[in-house]
Amino acid sequence: MKEIINNIQEKFKISEVTEQRENQYFISVEKKDTIQLVTYLKDIEKFTNFILLTAVDWIEKGQFQLTYMLNHPSKKLDIGVRTFIERENATMDSAHHLWEHVATFQRELKEMFGIDFPGSPRVDEPFLLEGWDNIPPMRRDFDTKKYSEETYFPRPGRSTNDPAEHMKKKLYPNE
Amino acid sequence: MKIVYVLLGLFIIINYGLLQAGVLRRITARVGKRIGVPFYQPYIDLIKNYAIRSQFSHGVMFYLGPVFRLSGGVGIFLFMPLIFGNEIFSNYSMAGDLILIMYFMFIGMLGMALGAGEGGHPYSIIGITRGLSQFTTVEVPFTLAVISIAIQYQTLSITEIVAAQQGGIMHWTLMTNPLATGAAMLSFLGMMMYAPFNVVNAPQENPLGPPTEFHGTFLGMLQTNRVILGVMEAILFMNLFFGGATNWGILFIKAFLIYFYPVFVGAVFPRYRIDQSIRWFLYLPTALGILAIIFI
Amino acid sequence: MAEEKNYKIIQPDNSEENKFLKPENYKREVTAPDGNTFIVDPLNDYFCDAKPQPHAPNTIKVVEKFLNWARSQSIWVLGFGTGCGSIEIYPLMTPRFDAYRFGVQQRPTPRQSNLMIISGYLSVKTLKRAIRSYEQMQSPKFVMALGSCTINGGMYWDSYNTINRLDHYMPVDVYVAGCMPRPEALLAGFMELKKRIREGKGEGANQYAENFDWYKANQKKIIKDWNMPDYNW
Repeated sequence: MKEIINNIQEKFKISEVTEQRENQYFISVEKKDTIQLVTYLKDIEKFTNFILLTAVDWIEKGQFQLTYMLNHPSKKLDIGVRTFIERENATMDSAHHLWEHVATFQRELKEMFGIDFPGSPRVDEPFLLEGWDNIPPMRRDFDTKKYSEETYFPRPGRSTNDPAEHMKKKLYPNE
Repeated sequence: MKIVYVLLGLFIIINYGLLQAGVLRRITARVGKRIGVPFYQPYIDLIKNYAIRSQFSHGVMFYLGPVFRLSGGVGIFLFMPLIFGNEIFSNYSMAGDLILIMYFMFIGMLGMALGAGEGGHPYSIIGITRGLSQFTTVEVPFTLAVISIAIQYQTLSITEIVAAQQGGIMHWTLMTNPLATGAAMLSFLGMMMYAPFNVVNAPQENPLGPPTEFHGTFLGMLQTNRVILGVMEAILFMNLFFGGATNWGILFIKAFLIYFYPVFVGAVFPRYRIDQSIRWFLYLPTALGILAIIFI
Repeated sequence: MAEEKNYKIIQPDNSEENKFLKPENYKREVTAPDGNTFIVDPLNDYFCDAKPQPHAPNTIKVVEKFLNWARSQSIWVLGFGTGCGSIEIYPLMTPRFDAYRFGVQQRPTPRQSNLMIISGYLSVKTLKRAIRSYEQMQSPKFVMALGSCTINGGMYWDSYNTINRLDHYMPVDVYVAGCMPRPEALLAGFMELKKRIREGKGEGANQYAENFDWYKANQKKIIKDWNMPDYNW
């Protein structure tokens, strides 16, 4: 694994390397190098199994963080490629030409976060939400509780407890 | 006066068929270590289906499909002698013969095909296509067996075939023409459409097949027909191969045993795909049927 | 050689109603072989969308009582599994619970079923299918809802995509509480449902037909991508 990371560092500008486990690393790159690096990992280093593509909303920084998780089937290695993209008018290069099922992940991200992947097949079709006309629901500025209360007729009389407080009161009533 | 006796016979047959269906469901439940439905469950299902309040039709043929199916079942009943030597329960057997009954067995299926086609559900069309192709291959060994016994007894009249078998078990077609009996009993498995030949309305793989769209009274008619058809086919085989019946007791026992045999096979064997079942009918049962004609 | 089209698609106006209308459901102007032109509206012409009518019970008390008894003894369940509860329905048919004893049988098509079991949370996408299946069932029909998700949203009460109260979208006969209820609880629910039917309270289909506009407004409020006729049976 170390060897592979060194190879990558020689060829690409890596800003950060995180060792999660002995066989699992995360590396951060610039947005423009990402697809190039993923292609390199697939074709040269043989990380041929694409696991997932996911996004994290860093609303404070005004950025989305994308993670491409790849797997090396025979050596049992995992590598995650992280990159930051702008939150306003978020777009990212599509990777559907490398693995077909990336298109599905990109379709989901388009729906849930509003990240556009131009050229990805069927990216504009609804994935889980049919007829959604609000801001994408997984963005952190979307208030899901408020939306639910306004839309789905909450049944009155519901009470909730904070689990920590509730158990403290129940188990140690005298303290 | 004849019509009253015929209606009486039909009443007895329907009640017997409903009770038998309930008992057989209970038996198969016991095989699966369950308690199973009450024995009167088929009656309740029938009453409930006839009492469904809202109905609609997809068109004329959708309406006529169950009618055709029911007329197929009732047609078999009309031309079948139930009790040998009994004027009351011989129905109209003097007017029709074996060929007519085989025709009635197929017309129900054809009517169902028209009705299911107009229903428009893709599953019903898949189901009826399978049903027609399977039934066509089922008819091959059965027809060969019928030709064999027609040659053997030199007649197509069921009453005369029954008459020729009287006088003890050694006179039954089962003993005098075992090859034809074998071919016909194997095709009987396909006629009754229990496993392994129930891919036509396979409830898991192809929800319900032809009757998918039928509801309420339509379904009630199909259920009624299912009851009549099952019992009448068992009685047909009893008349052709197992010596007929001289009173109701013998008829009930023999019909129950013959009906029980496909249910028993179905409780043991898994389901064939449609191509497998067609091939199966065209190999062993057809070979037996041809041998039955050669060695008559 | 490209096939010549004999119709012209009419673009819908940009109203709120047509926002999610699919192109295959646009109205179109068709030219018949004899030269006449007429307008085809796929949503109304290919489906029958007449409103449901309430069906009065039999006027003879004794007959109605007997029929209700028969209905309660022969409950055909639509095998429509939503959420996590469908895994609790399958054991019902096994030797351990054996719901057949009570006349409960599964049926694979909505046309022939009487009871629809909503087995857990419903996302908006599933709700559309559930309503469609419910409307295809024949009167009298009953609905049984499992789990706290159908009662008040359960653990998904603040989710952006799952409904909170099922009874705003279809009339519910019996709720079975729990998360998820065990098959024993389901059997108890069946007993409760039977009692209701025998008392003549299982009139959910009529309730749906009488309050049709209210139910439809609630359904359309959240299912914006409607794309089907208002009532399809």
